[in-house]
Amino acid sequence: MKWNKRKFIDRTMSFFTAACVVIAIIPLLSILYIVTINGISAINLDFLTQLPSPVGEAGGGLGNAIQGTFIVVGIACLIGLPVGILSGVYLSEYGDNRFGRFVSFVADVLTGTPSIVAGIFGYTFIVLYFGSFSAIAGGVALSVLMIPIVTRTTEESLRLVPGSIKEASLALGIPKWKTTLYIVLSTARSGILTGVLLSIARISGETAPLLFTSFGNMFWANGLDQPISTMPVQIYTYAITPFPDWHAKAWAGALVLIILIMILNIGVRFVTRRKYGV
Amino acid sequence: MNKLKLPFFDRSKLSGDFIFEAVVGSFAFGIIILAFLLFNELFIGSELSRNTFGLSFLTTSTWDPVNEIFGALPFIFGTIVSSFLALLIAVPFSLGIAIYLSELAPEKLRAPLSFIIELLAAIPSVIIGLWGIFILAPFIRDQLAPPLSTYLGFLPLFQGPMYGLSMLTGGVILAIMIIPITSSISREAILTVPAHQREGAIALGATGWETTQIAVLPYARSGIFGAVILGFGRAVGETMAVTMVIGNSPLISASLFSPSYTMASVIANEFVEATSKLYISSLVEIGFLLLMVSVIINIAARILVWKLLRVEGGGRA
Repeated sequence: MKWNKRKFIDRTMSFFTAACVVIAIIPLLSILYIVTINGISAINLDFLTQLPSPVGEAGGGLGNAIQGTFIVVGIACLIGLPVGILSGVYLSEYGDNRFGRFVSFVADVLTGTPSIVAGIFGYTFIVLYFGSFSAIAGGVALSVLMIPIVTRTTEESLRLVPGSIKEASLALGIPKWKTTLYIVLSTARSGILTGVLLSIARISGETAPLLFTSFGNMFWANGLDQPISTMPVQIYTYAITPFPDWHAKAWAGALVLIILIMILNIGVRFVTRRKYGV
Repeated sequence: MNKLKLPFFDRSKLSGDFIFEAVVGSFAFGIIILAFLLFNELFIGSELSRNTFGLSFLTTSTWDPVNEIFGALPFIFGTIVSSFLALLIAVPFSLGIAIYLSELAPEKLRAPLSFIIELLAAIPSVIIGLWGIFILAPFIRDQLAPPLSTYLGFLPLFQGPMYGLSMLTGGVILAIMIIPITSSISREAILTVPAHQREGAIALGATGWETTQIAVLPYARSGIFGAVILGFGRAVGETMAVTMVIGNSPLISASLFSPSYTMASVIANEFVEATSKLYISSLVEIGFLLLMVSVIINIAARILVWKLLRVEGGGRA
């Protein structure tokens, strides 16, 4: 009797905790399903290549927003990747001192920066300085979010490189900097790449930092010092209007963005797993 | 021989290493500069507002851009209530998920299920908001709110009309968004519990749940607490999805059915339209408060999680 009761509790708790997992997965499935159902009908070649059309007018697309997202994310990468990767190298290979631990701590705390705060930073630091919303300001705001992620993932992947490999290289008389550049970095290549791609996936979907940095634009990009359209901001703009045909475009834009991000997320893990058999 | 070769060899090695270390070190220093700039820009940017309103900025609730009187209390209220509501919903679920995926689930299911849950964190906030406007808000308005007001309507929490965009919707959407981080960090904390803890309980005849209850959870407590705090930090800083479903009215109401407004939302909505210097400065001050809260939360959480990982040395290979 007593034994049965304990077993019953065990089963019940297994059931309830499993139910938590199922319930948490429902919103994910619902989002993927709804975005696909609502988005698929509005997607065609025009949608991917044309400029937005005014309300009520058929056709038009998000071509400029797709172009703009690539440009702004590209700028963020130009700033964020060198800083993030090299800082990660420092933290992993030379960072075992007070300064290194402090940098590591600061990077950790920066990972929690609210995205809207990065937007304000982009505004006061770049927009006010140049006097106009710009692609560059958007890229800078996104890089604030990207740098700590890339730094931490690079540091972690480098730490996974076995000490014996480094020692073998040093024993051959190869200086530490060459060992780090040619042997440690290339061993950790796939881990660093994974971190980089996941950070790109993360910032590609960010809206808040772009609202008042890259702002928005109904035309093709015409210069990095000009406001530029991006997918997340365009989706937001369409979503909060009362027009059903713009809602349809928001869904279609969401589908494009979600496909892009899912490819990065699932693809990256698949590739690295197959290559290294982890 | 030796004397001739060694210094030359050493010097070249030293200079190459020295230059490389200096280069990567200066990039690492860049991170500290970035943190300083972030703090500095928001501190300077909010100076006008801080000097004009002082502490009353935090305690008054008039938000009047026309007469340039700004008090952030409704937004602080909205952020705190929506974030706590999110925690209230998300923490039990996250704990359940973490326990199931680290202790009770069949081995084969653990990795794929964790991956799927973490995938939720990869969905952009704006898309969750879009889903929130058209799916979640109507669902809460039509399915969840009527029974709540029928059975619990005597509580001030569930009174008044419900139009879908409300504090309740904001809290639910935040809960959905913080479940991935809270559950995955709790799971990590549970995974660092050494195997001998579990083995001891199992050897005494404990069932799977009893093992979790007696041997695992007390051990992982501080890590789980850190996970909850990090989830709170996420909820406080989350912008787009909440902005799209919380209704954006600066009200301080006891009812969860009433629309509300958060600190992040007011920045997102009004920054571009803010024309006067004082208006912008007030919004920057709200951003500065958000930054400070997130820094404090992250430091606290890192200390809790880090201490646990350090002391136990990590249970995972």
